[in-house]
Amino acid sequence: MKKRITGAEALMQALIHEGVTTIFGYPGGGIMPVFDALYDHREDFRQVLVRHEQGAAHAAQGYARSSGQVGVCLVTSGPGATNTITGISDAMLDSTPIVVISGQVGAAALGTDAFQEVDFVCITQPICKWSYQIRRAEDIAWAVARAFYIAANGRPGPVVLDFAKNAQTTMVDFEPASLPIQRGFIPVPQPSDDAIRRAAALIDNAERPLLLAGQGIELAGAQEELKQFVEKTGIPVGCTLLGLSTLPSGHPLRQGMLGMHGNLAPNVKTNECDVLIAVGMRFDDRVTGRLATYARQAKVIHLDIDPSEIGKNVPVDVAVTGDCKETLARLTKAVHPAEHKEWVESFAIYHTMEDERVVRPAIHPAEGPLKMGEVARRVSEATADSAILVTDVGQNQMMSARYFRYTRPRSIITSGGLGTMGFGLPAAIGATFGAPERTVCLFVGDGGIQMNLQELGTIMESGAPVKIILLNNNYLGNVRQWQELFFNHRYSCTPMMNPNYELIASAYGIPSRTVAARADLDDAIHEMLTSSGAFLLQVAVEEEENVMPMTPPGADVDHMLPFIDSSTPTEQWKSTFIH
Amino acid sequence: MEKHLYTLIVHSEHMAGLLNQVTAVFTRRQINIESLNVSPSSIEGIHRYTITAVADEDTIAKVTLQIAKKVDVLQASYFLEDEIFMQEIALYKLSTPLLMANPEICEIIRRNDAPIIETNPVYTVVEKAGRTAETEQLRRDLSTFDCLLQYVNSGRIAVTRSSEEHLTEFLKTLNQ
Repeated sequence: MKKRITGAEALMQALIHEGVTTIFGYPGGGIMPVFDALYDHREDFRQVLVRHEQGAAHAAQGYARSSGQVGVCLVTSGPGATNTITGISDAMLDSTPIVVISGQVGAAALGTDAFQEVDFVCITQPICKWSYQIRRAEDIAWAVARAFYIAANGRPGPVVLDFAKNAQTTMVDFEPASLPIQRGFIPVPQPSDDAIRRAAALIDNAERPLLLAGQGIELAGAQEELKQFVEKTGIPVGCTLLGLSTLPSGHPLRQGMLGMHGNLAPNVKTNECDVLIAVGMRFDDRVTGRLATYARQAKVIHLDIDPSEIGKNVPVDVAVTGDCKETLARLTKAVHPAEHKEWVESFAIYHTMEDERVVRPAIHPAEGPLKMGEVARRVSEATADSAILVTDVGQNQMMSARYFRYTRPRSIITSGGLGTMGFGLPAAIGATFGAPERTVCLFVGDGGIQMNLQELGTIMESGAPVKIILLNNNYLGNVRQWQELFFNHRYSCTPMMNPNYELIASAYGIPSRTVAARADLDDAIHEMLTSSGAFLLQVAVEEEENVMPMTPPGADVDHMLPFIDSSTPTEQWKSTFIH
Repeated sequence: MEKHLYTLIVHSEHMAGLLNQVTAVFTRRQINIESLNVSPSSIEGIHRYTITAVADEDTIAKVTLQIAKKVDVLQASYFLEDEIFMQEIALYKLSTPLLMANPEICEIIRRNDAPIIETNPVYTVVEKAGRTAETEQLRRDLSTFDCLLQYVNSGRIAVTRSSEEHLTEFLKTLNQ
């Protein structure tokens, strides 16, 4: 039954129809009729007023990543819209379903450089799945239905709806749209039986198989399918940064994290395996290191929902395109049970090497200042390894990702592809709304927290119970590490003067505590986790600690510091760094 | 890898802004588009792009997949010269006095079977349909007489030599 309502009210009805319950937003001139309509729907939506539109986009991401639902962000035209661009790009690279609804000047003023007019559709086209301008109220039902469908289906990603002001105010006969088949958007390609057969044959004949687990498994909800597949085949698993919680920490086949700051064993074994099975991952350069030497000895099987990922970076022998919840299950049926005892055991020596040289000194230091790794491990243990880890970007990200432990799906929210400093705080706020039953622990550095520090105001107002662990080393630590290792200790613009974070927290009414001594750490973590809402735990950590091990950019994936001596650089190191 | 001139045939919904998205895939990889033609296709509401670009096969295959991935692009494929029938049309605007003064120019036009579509005391417009090499050769020949006032080329249009109609098949499977 059609109702005659304004375009703004039609948007409200369409959002309710899509099951939206939470909106992260910030009002302004170009979107006022929508915020006016929102006033009548205070019961239908939790409206989270952020303090900057970038925060709205990242909060929508955090919401989507923790809940699996589409995150929604509502902002005004012009600067309101452009402030979301970093979040849109981030969501595109990390396959996060969000819908950004931005105001726009009235259709009659389009193209005239009107106040707060920006060509947002053109700006966002290269960084989102679909960008559409609603110029007529009649298009709202169709456009909103299509936006949510495209954002959530296939490989998820961001969608932009640019909502012209005239369409917000004109009256329209509205009923929510059901979407016919979109012939220009086939979300899930169907794998051929032949592909499954050929993949199964390779796996059955493999002697040293290795599986790389990516975020695609989380997005597909295929954690159980992954477990069944590897348990039937006995194949060891390396996880990407975004795929860390696809298989629980402690699973006997889980061999840790891949890539630049991943674990030594899976990186070394990538260049020793005979069959490499990549599932829902995209061979990012932070995972592969130098492509020319990456897994050249292996037959590669790639399971992905996005056909354009096949062969993009690494040549693929068997492509299995499709939803990995389905393709993994089909593969599990098609393969024979196997054990690769000797092969799996051969990982142990590298774990031992890493434990002795890197892990133990990082998480059980006997003396000296607190270390980032030990803080991460203590917090993880104090939450029974069941919290959601949200990170910012940099050393805090790598250390917490490495030393947190994961027992539940969707337990890591981090900016992987874009590497967005400032992502953490707003994303953690979003995560508390997306998974209100879980503890959300944010690890952030003193650089990143200041990039969206204003969102403490959102925490104050919304009561989002974010446990903020601020690893303060008075440096932009990751860049400093690179300067130390590759730029001859020239610390250009990386030492940073910090404000008094406890005073800042108290200004926002957020309880806080600073720890510098090892003896106080557990008690402080306990205080943070037992406090009822948000808490800022500032930890004064060792100033010049490096994240190890490390595959320097452009180096072979198995060429990890400190196990390879950096004082004798190989040819490609020279070409990368000495020039 | 060896570079070739590839022809991409792309079918899409007729939506504003799509052309931008298709060309942006080339821009991102710093590939020049040699020619580009947009036209309706045999199917109502579906548009067809014929794009030529020089690249190696690995790159053009990735570009094609990334174009096909765009929402509202229905299909994208790439072809070498021997897999398509191709044609383009060129217009040559010549100075009539120079044309009159040089019988050789008329001879070239006749040899090329190029119809004259307009002539007046100031200028003459000649049309030539053919393959890239043919329209280009005529341009070079005419240039030597310094009589060419304007030249324009439609860019390549092409249909596949294959007996299978992939788009029609694709739409049929969707309807099922």
